[in-house]
Amino acid sequence: MATAALTHDAHSHEHEHHEHHEQNFIQKYVFSEDHKMIAKQYLVTGIIWAFIGGLLSILFRLQLGFPDMKLDGLRWLLGEWINPEGKLESEFYLALVTMHGTIMVFFVLTAGLSGTFSNFLIPLQIGARDMASGFLNMLSYWFFLVASVIMLCSLFISTGPAAGGWVIYPPLSAIPTASNGSGMGMSLWLVAMALFIVSQLMGGLNYVTTIINLRTRGLSFSKLPLTIWSFFLTAVLGILSFPVLLSAALLLIFDRNFGTSFYISEIYIGGEALPQQGGSAILFQHLFWFLGHPEVYIVLLPALGITSEVIATNARKPIFGYRAMIGSMLGITLLAFIVWAHHMFVTGMNPFLGSVFMFLTLIIAVPSAVKGFNYITTLWKGNIVFTPAMLFSIGLVSLFIAGGVTGIILGNAALDIQLHDTYFVVAHFHLVMGSASFFGLMAGVYHWFPKMYGRMMNNTLGYIHFWLSFIGVFCVFFPMHYIGIAGFPRRYYSFSTYDMTNSFADLNQFISVAAIITFAAQGLFAWNFFYSIFRGKKSVQNPWRSTTLEWTTPVVVGHGNWEGPIPAVYRWPYDYSKPGAVEDFIPQTVPFSSTPESNLPEENEQIALEKTIEELHPYQKEVSAKSGGH
Amino acid sequence: MVYIVGLLAAVLLVLTLVVLNRMSVFTKGFASNQDADTPGMANKINAALLPIVFLLGSVAGVWSFIEAAPKFLPAPSSEHGVHTDSMFWWFMAIVTTAFFLTSVLLFVFAFKYQYDPKRRATFYPVNHRLELAWTVIPAIVMAIMVFMGWRVWRDITSEAPADAYVIEVTGKQFNWIARYPGMDDNKLGSYNYKLIDATNEVGIDMTDENSFDDVISNTLYIPKGVPVLLKIRARDVLHSVFLPHLRVKMDAVPGMPTKFWFKATKTTDEMKAETNDPKFEYRLNCTEICGQGHFSMKMNVVVLEEEDFQAWLKTQKSFLATNASYLDRVPARLKAKAMKYTESGSEEETPEGGEAPADSTASASAATASLR
Repeated sequence: MATAALTHDAHSHEHEHHEHHEQNFIQKYVFSEDHKMIAKQYLVTGIIWAFIGGLLSILFRLQLGFPDMKLDGLRWLLGEWINPEGKLESEFYLALVTMHGTIMVFFVLTAGLSGTFSNFLIPLQIGARDMASGFLNMLSYWFFLVASVIMLCSLFISTGPAAGGWVIYPPLSAIPTASNGSGMGMSLWLVAMALFIVSQLMGGLNYVTTIINLRTRGLSFSKLPLTIWSFFLTAVLGILSFPVLLSAALLLIFDRNFGTSFYISEIYIGGEALPQQGGSAILFQHLFWFLGHPEVYIVLLPALGITSEVIATNARKPIFGYRAMIGSMLGITLLAFIVWAHHMFVTGMNPFLGSVFMFLTLIIAVPSAVKGFNYITTLWKGNIVFTPAMLFSIGLVSLFIAGGVTGIILGNAALDIQLHDTYFVVAHFHLVMGSASFFGLMAGVYHWFPKMYGRMMNNTLGYIHFWLSFIGVFCVFFPMHYIGIAGFPRRYYSFSTYDMTNSFADLNQFISVAAIITFAAQGLFAWNFFYSIFRGKKSVQNPWRSTTLEWTTPVVVGHGNWEGPIPAVYRWPYDYSKPGAVEDFIPQTVPFSSTPESNLPEENEQIALEKTIEELHPYQKEVSAKSGGH
Repeated sequence: MVYIVGLLAAVLLVLTLVVLNRMSVFTKGFASNQDADTPGMANKINAALLPIVFLLGSVAGVWSFIEAAPKFLPAPSSEHGVHTDSMFWWFMAIVTTAFFLTSVLLFVFAFKYQYDPKRRATFYPVNHRLELAWTVIPAIVMAIMVFMGWRVWRDITSEAPADAYVIEVTGKQFNWIARYPGMDDNKLGSYNYKLIDATNEVGIDMTDENSFDDVISNTLYIPKGVPVLLKIRARDVLHSVFLPHLRVKMDAVPGMPTKFWFKATKTTDEMKAETNDPKFEYRLNCTEICGQGHFSMKMNVVVLEEEDFQAWLKTQKSFLATNASYLDRVPARLKAKAMKYTESGSEEETPEGGEAPADSTASASAATASLR
């Protein structure tokens, strides 16, 4: 407590030092350039989006699980999308599926996950006062918010939102007469996504620049926490692949509005033959998946990074194979760019390309397997503390394995013939990408909540939330494998035209009920989150007894993050339970010279180098003199 | 039904609150005896729940698999399907084993190495030999799997045999149309999307003499035991031909014809006997989202013995025979040949479809409207 009071004093002093004047409400909470506030803005927006996206899935699960149910009670919300017979319109079903996918992939698991934790943790864990460009960072959030508002508006227009699946394959998405959702809804989707991509690029460039340039004294790349490595590689993936989606979207806008024929050719629709010839619908799929597949890792890598950190901290053990973890993330990043066409085995693409992409795809399973094994070995002979964050991390590993293994099946072009676009695929990616990333997001929130708000979340609620989510997610997605093996296509409004009309009716009902319960359980999280912001138990400075830099900041972190000079870093971030050490963790800021009892032989050699790290000090002084000197 | 769900939700909510209340009392009781920061009873409960939930989950998984298995598709009715199916189940066995092995380790380690104040975790940051092992072993297994998969894929996607029977399937919102090359020349006539109208739904080009005997059908008849080459087209948006029992899938792309060849091994009647289901029908489903009628875009499929198939085809009138007005489109030099297919010749009155495509707009949209 004494240190907390002390640091608080120092903090207010530092505050004066860094600020020219007190920030007013708008500067502090709305147009903030502070990375921590921007992170919280991303997080809260992401949580709201997650509930909207989840609610949409519940609506279509009602249709799938209870096809005969009268939904007149939902007319206040859905209006004419509930038809006179009290059933969901089939067109709106597709809109729900489309928007659920778009929202979850982009607005929740990209912006909500990467946006939150990259912003929050990068400066704190590398020892920087803020992002390289606070202004660009603020713009990134506001572009995201504008994109969000437009996407949200598209839900309420009379022709409904985009309804061509989240992949928006043309010609369906290119021709307004092909579907209601391809009209105004599709236009809004494209505009929103274009703004979203701009937001991601500004964010990503900032993350990369900050990590490369603003690391504190002594923090080499080989001493970075795995979270930072994952955010770094995620940002690189985003910077290289999002522009391709932007160009795909622009060409689609051209086809829709200016009569070009990039994607459309030889089409007869609505009683007339369109003049466009020579375009290729497959071109769009190539462009889309050139982002679409890296996107999978854009949502997954940050979750894996967070998990690495949380598992090491709570197992009280160094992460096993730190360098292998980095290597496998690098491998995944590289391979992520050259596997995209495994989404297109049966699109009519040249079968030879199919062979090539099958080889490349199955290579990516190797670094993924290495990561799985490393997590498990980190638990081995640990001393595990089950915080909610730790449970969600273990849950992530389990989901990652469960969903990952079926990727080996789907990556096999010959097997994909039968399974492509069936529920087997739905089960696969919801487990490995959707749920696993979501669990990573939750682990991150529970773990860094004390750093964000200076208060603790309620553990008991966290445990209940975890168990309901963990069991719920498996109950929802595991049975979908069966439906897929039985040959049921995805994105089907109803299976009444299927000859096996009722064969999986009970299973679909089970899935729907499980989905409703799992969704309801997220209410516990929302309550816990928002209540704890204001009323949670006050946190201590380092509640999880962690080694990384962010826990050396004051409990309530001010603008500029550290009072006085930024601490230097001397060691890697995983010195947990080191033999000979007094405590079971040694923070990164502790030099080897002060821990002779626990140093390994090669670490004793590094003591000499600590002088060099000290000599970097003047640079740091210069920076603080600059910021204080105005 | 809405009441049942509502009731369920209410029950769940009450249960949650009760459990919550219990748990908080429970943990408070323990917390008072201990330092707030050291893990207590809750840690033990969570540690125990992990393997318990995994065990119960595994039992549920095995049970549900046994329950669901009878509803899986019957044994494949195509030659390549036999290969892909056996490969699928072998690979599933491999990955399920991997899943169970790793999951057992994950949950058992989590339980076994739960927090114990008397113990300290083992500082074990790296073991290159171990890492090498679990990089190389999956790599080898993966390489074998890829190689096996590639061979099957190569065979399936190889060029169709020269004697393959060609059938054209065209997808449109929201139904499928099959075209047969006819009995006389065994060649599909050419087509052009600009010739499409309400009657000539696939845009058959009557200036090509091969078109004269082409047969249109709304049910897909397939001969058993001969290689069949499906030539797949789409008229408006993407569709996808999915013949689940035959393990066939290929997208239909406007402006880019695709193909898939296979050999059916069981007739519809044989499948009726095998599945013990007198109502069994093969079907073709659309598996590429194509608009509001996507879910209902199916086509009935009948697999016949080759001689029955030929007999069926013989009973079919060619498109030109049923729509004699299209004789107008036939160039003068081929008129005589085309006349053979129409009994009444070109004298028959011209329906709306006989004019240029633009004139058929009204009837086409009427047809589309009636489909919706």
